[in-house]
Amino acid sequence: MQTVNAMIRQCRIAGFWLAILAALPVQAGSYELVIDEKAVNLTGRERTAITANGSLPAPTLRWREGEEVALRVTNRLDEPTSIHWHGIVLPYDMDGVPGISFPGIPPGETFTYRFRLMQSGTYWYHGHSAMQEQLGLMGAIIIDPSEGETHAYDRDYTVMLSDWSDENPHRVLSKLKKQSDYYNFQKRTVFDFYRDLSDKGFQETMADRLAWGEMRMDPTDIADVTGYTYTFLVNGQNPAANWTALFKPGERIRLRFVNASAMTHFDVRIPGLKIRVIQADGQNVEPVEVDEFRIAVAETYDVLVEPRDARAYAIFAEAMDRSGHAQATLAPRRGMRAEVPPLRPRPLVSLADMAAAHGMDHGSGAEGPHAGMEHAPEPPPPTNGHEGHAMADMDHAAMQHQASPHAGHEGHAMPDHGQEHADTAERVLSYADLKSAEKHEDWREPDREIVLRLTGTMNRYVWSINGKKYSEAEPIRLKYGERVRFTYINQTMMNHPLHLHGMWQDLDTGKGPFNPRKHVVNVKPGETVHVDVPVDASGEWAFHCHLVYHMETGMFRKIIVEPPDAAAKKGA
Amino acid sequence: MPLRKREPEKVIPSLEHYRVRRSVPVCAAAILMMFGSGRATAQMDDAIYNYLRFERLEYEGNGDVHLFKWDVEGWTGNDDNKLWVKSEGDYVFEQDIFGRADLQLLYSRNIATFWDAQIGVRRAFEPERTFDGVIGIQGLAPYFFETEAALFINENGNVLGRFKLAYELLLTQRLIAQPRVEVNVSADDIENRGVKAGITEFEAGLRLRYEIVREFAPYIGFDYVEEQSLREHKHSVRAVAGIRAWF
Ligand SMILES: [Cu+2]
Repeated sequence: MQTVNAMIRQCRIAGFWLAILAALPVQAGSYELVIDEKAVNLTGRERTAITANGSLPAPTLRWREGEEVALRVTNRLDEPTSIHWHGIVLPYDMDGVPGISFPGIPPGETFTYRFRLMQSGTYWYHGHSAMQEQLGLMGAIIIDPSEGETHAYDRDYTVMLSDWSDENPHRVLSKLKKQSDYYNFQKRTVFDFYRDLSDKGFQETMADRLAWGEMRMDPTDIADVTGYTYTFLVNGQNPAANWTALFKPGERIRLRFVNASAMTHFDVRIPGLKIRVIQADGQNVEPVEVDEFRIAVAETYDVLVEPRDARAYAIFAEAMDRSGHAQATLAPRRGMRAEVPPLRPRPLVSLADMAAAHGMDHGSGAEGPHAGMEHAPEPPPPTNGHEGHAMADMDHAAMQHQASPHAGHEGHAMPDHGQEHADTAERVLSYADLKSAEKHEDWREPDREIVLRLTGTMNRYVWSINGKKYSEAEPIRLKYGERVRFTYINQTMMNHPLHLHGMWQDLDTGKGPFNPRKHVVNVKPGETVHVDVPVDASGEWAFHCHLVYHMETGMFRKIIVEPPDAAAKKGA
Repeated sequence: MPLRKREPEKVIPSLEHYRVRRSVPVCAAAILMMFGSGRATAQMDDAIYNYLRFERLEYEGNGDVHLFKWDVEGWTGNDDNKLWVKSEGDYVFEQDIFGRADLQLLYSRNIATFWDAQIGVRRAFEPERTFDGVIGIQGLAPYFFETEAALFINENGNVLGRFKLAYELLLTQRLIAQPRVEVNVSADDIENRGVKAGITEFEAGLRLRYEIVREFAPYIGFDYVEEQSLREHKHSVRAVAGIRAWF
């Protein structure tokens, strides 16, 4: 009898282990992350990076939809750390934002994150403490769908873009606070002024200079931190290292682009290949064929390419301000290198872009605990009202473009063939091209609207929302189950990639239940963008601009989602 | 199917559960914050920075005069509140005397996007020791004019003023021409100091600096200086050479 029981028990144990093995994904061992410092040399000088398991970037985590994940994260640094699972839907206390979702991981301690994966696609993870992501603490997450891939492909590569500085991020921020244009070495000079005089004439040139001067802003201010200090990396390697993805001609390659930069938007091209965009922020979209796409900080795009020739192709990612580039190679053999296209001219922000921001000042927005209930103010004037003015300022190349890309799209994300892309006649992906591959079942009209003006003073390097920094502002309160429309009005001249933790942002591109679903929505200078947020996650969440130095200096909010029972109690 | 709608009942109990567990670390964080650690928050938008700038450390002279001039200012504080220290003056080599030298200590508060209001005290050392109250404004005027204006009120009720304006013209990304004007005025005659009401000192000049790095730039240039006192009126043009540095 006893032997039978023992046998049954043994069978049970074996069955248990078999079940565990079956459930384990490809890289079962990588659920233990040890955060530590490591010496790296990416520029010719040795510096200290922050790594997970000794790797820069941190190891790619390959999971399966439906899997229950347990990750032990051990902190070997002498300061607190944290890991945020970017774009992953999970209980808020597993989200990993110190001071909001948990206290952080103190030096020497281990924190175990546990959550079940309810989604698939390409995501990433990064540190959320003391700007550690700028020091290398970021890695990709790939979640394979439980029901099989929608698109067939032969090979699958992650292309993680990032910006590395030999300077400590706290030092970078300190410099920006003291001289906000410290890293801009592409400003307009006296000679540009004379060139403009002869090109555009006295009146236009003066009108333009005076308009910018009055705002105390600079149209060359495209990026706060630039290639002056940054080396741009692909999968942790500089352009000289030539990170290579192999293929055989005729194969279909899936490239998972992740922009893990602290501050850099990239314009990505693979000269000679059409790029078929199939996912944005991990979500399937109707495939769009483009020549180029812009990837904002913290966004992910999955694309398919089909190289037919046995030659090398450059995966070329120009920094948005053209101060440098990241580069990798797609080749049939290692050691091959494609001809690298030259960097295109540095763009200018146009007065048209700034029309909405024009005349608005720091602190003009009101935001109290009830500010969310306010109704939307008049939308900023559509830029077509300023055509004469605006056209005067645009690059010559921009003149070829349609006069006002913003016209007639009030209320929807604008197609963004802005002046930055004027130099290519090729097809560039815009948010307006994004259409969800599946219909959202929970699509409905929003219950209310919350207007968030993106504000700041570049000159003093202060970034805020509705004129208030994080430390000055009340949290935004949402109720579980409601559907809230966030209206982002960018009153600054910078792009702000806005990241909402824990919940999706359905970006209004006018496609109703097929609007693309994103975890990061980039809002361009002067632009107004609407997103609908299905409030389906209780707890306390972070909401912020994903440019690290904007987040650090105040473009950040806590969002509190009250559970339905609490809301009912309050109402009673 | 990349997205699954999540079931609410899974989420809410974990929140209730967490509320209790969380109170201890939250309290600890709050106490830490009260002691100004700041590290306990998600980020630090209220951090304190320190800045020191040697706007001018220069030799200035012509056939008649040779002097060393300084104009130094620095602050410590956050975006809204700062403590400023400013000092300027000159030292004449031949006579071994200070032409003018003072030290100001000011509290500065951000009052508008581009403007700080300042209040504090000034100790003038040369040519005569005085103790003044200072009230001023400093910031970036439209069209990028760096502007500084201050009123000094001494113990006898005399009112003096100082106004500075500077502009930057980029010849290249590192070669920068900086026209600059400084005007010192007095509301009334101050007999014992020989000060005459009106403009007591006017200085206009141009400096051409080369930023080897942003923080360090040698420069050359010239100044036109006009001085008016009860006893005399002087004006001269002087060549300058010096360094501008900050950190
Ligand atoms: Cu931002």
